[in-house]
Amino acid sequence: MMRIEPRQPSRVVNVAVPVLAALVSLLLAAIPLALAGADVLAAFRLMWSGVFGSPFAFTETLTRATPLILTGLAAALAFRAKLWNIGGEGQLYLGALAAVALGSGAISAPPAVMIPLVLLAGAAAGAAGMAVPAFLKVRFGADEVVTTLLLNFVILLFVQMMLEGPLQDPMGMGWPQSAPVIEKATLPQLMDRMRVHAGLLIGLGLAVLFHILLTRTTWGMKMRAVGENAPAARHAGIPVTRTLMGAALISGGLAGLAGVGEVAGLKGYLTADLSPGYGYAGIVVAMLARLSPLGTVASALFIAAVFVGADSMSRAIGVSSYLADLVVAIALLCVLIGGFVSRYRIVRVRTGEAP
Amino acid sequence: MMEILDILANPNFWSASIRIATPLIFGVLGALLCERAGVLNLGIEGIFVAGAMAGWMAVWLGLGLWGGIAVAALTGAGFGLIHAILTVPLGLSQHVSGLGVTLLATSLSYFTYRTALPDVSTPPRIVPFRALDIPLLSDIPFLGPALFQQTALSWLALAAVALVWWVLARTPLGLAIRAVGDNPDAVDAQGLSVYGLRIGAVMAGSALMAIGGSFLTMAAFDAFFFGMVNGRGWICIALVIFASWRPWKALAGALLFGAFDAFQVRLQTEYGNAVPGQIFLMAPYILSIIALVVAARRADYPRALLTPWFKGQR
Repeated sequence: MMRIEPRQPSRVVNVAVPVLAALVSLLLAAIPLALAGADVLAAFRLMWSGVFGSPFAFTETLTRATPLILTGLAAALAFRAKLWNIGGEGQLYLGALAAVALGSGAISAPPAVMIPLVLLAGAAAGAAGMAVPAFLKVRFGADEVVTTLLLNFVILLFVQMMLEGPLQDPMGMGWPQSAPVIEKATLPQLMDRMRVHAGLLIGLGLAVLFHILLTRTTWGMKMRAVGENAPAARHAGIPVTRTLMGAALISGGLAGLAGVGEVAGLKGYLTADLSPGYGYAGIVVAMLARLSPLGTVASALFIAAVFVGADSMSRAIGVSSYLADLVVAIALLCVLIGGFVSRYRIVRVRTGEAP
Repeated sequence: MMEILDILANPNFWSASIRIATPLIFGVLGALLCERAGVLNLGIEGIFVAGAMAGWMAVWLGLGLWGGIAVAALTGAGFGLIHAILTVPLGLSQHVSGLGVTLLATSLSYFTYRTALPDVSTPPRIVPFRALDIPLLSDIPFLGPALFQQTALSWLALAAVALVWWVLARTPLGLAIRAVGDNPDAVDAQGLSVYGLRIGAVMAGSALMAIGGSFLTMAAFDAFFFGMVNGRGWICIALVIFASWRPWKALAGALLFGAFDAFQVRLQTEYGNAVPGQIFLMAPYILSIIALVVAARRADYPRALLTPWFKGQR
């Protein structure tokens, strides 16, 4: 007879599980690679050089990691309060929309005013995007998983509508894209001739900030209490609804910032294909980080490296770059299973013995 | 006003409603079966994609239309098994596992499609299911073209509703499935396998979802496109709550939704110049959210939904 028993995961296990999950997901990628008829070792070598082969390649990974840190933080904070915000993708687009609405010529001010303004507007738009499903949850009990997922589609259509209407670039020859973000609202580049921009510093700073807030303040304690056992938290006098709404606004705001970074730091204008699923990948980032804000940075770098590596491998040997999405999905399932291994142990019970 | 009456008086509108509802009927039924057994299956969106891709590819490789349906169902059951293993014996988060299955099924389908067809610009077509002419019924004026000129899959969907209702409401197996979603301890006390029932229900439900997906590539269209599922799975999850986990209400909900969607498409051709097209395209998603909000208050969730159960542990 075998029996499953809960246990307290140790610190080492907490780090080892996500690292192992990441490695296993990469190893499992060998199967689809082999089935696609590719030379597996060459493919892995190409992925490696695509990420670490040159300074430019590595900064590309940092550039890709920037939105993932923010959407990962967005998911991690919401999930901590057991608020299933799956709407990071939509909130990212709302942030980007707000950034171009203000930042592509509507107003003009020195960068010291303009950049914070655009960042705040984007965060506010993302927060507003999450406020709706959070309100529907606390007021009507509508499941936020479904509402946030459905709102992603509504928001993307809204963005398309704006890009074919009021926000369309008059000089864009009819393409559904916004006017470019003006110089004064553009996030500064971190290095010459590299695409990595100040959004990365914002992401890193916020990861540290939320690490401190979660571990060192009563707010963090409330978040944890609400997430672990809402009825008990309510009984203990914690304002559960307000804590949930707070988590929702912060989560949406972080995803909104990811959108600001993409338009004001990287692309320079908004199109409806701005994000290749950064909102959804943020969920994987958060789970790989085991909902830790600092861990989010590491897992965002891993996921970004997978995307950058797979892209460059795909260009070289023609294997579909959907391989990256596959690795990301497998990593999520692996870390989930790893969580089981770390939280439970299987003990052998001799038959006849009292359990 | 006259335009609206014109739309309703056109049999094409009613037949389109049923056509749009068909994949949703399969999807809602599948999600309902999983949830009745106590397992939320957010893998649905990806299982739709996998069903659409696998079914289409089987036909494209020469397996025949019904062979394609069988392949789609098996593919769905396979992804269902992954979700079931993670959430039932391992008792892991049903939310995260479901999203993981959606990401896995979607990316695996896209990867497989791209690997099999590396450089096609126009997706290859198959000969899809044709509308069946039912003798006599199809010839009734108005009602014939409105209701009785559907593909075999729409009839299969109707049969699936009846079957799922009959199994759940009238058989000992259905009683056990419902009990395992409400009170697994009681099922265990009866000497039945909680794990077996839950895994079976999730696999069967996922197979239904995948058949719903295959309708898209094998009846509604004749090719596979990226992004063609477009949230239909999530809409089904909302519709299950709207239908309070009852098969006939699920059918009614899906048909209502289909009618609304067909209506907005026709309004769009009528008023498309005055109003941006995106407003109409948003409607189905907003409608689903409204349906969810309306239903949420009186929703009577299966009591053990989302709650893992471990053998020998109370």
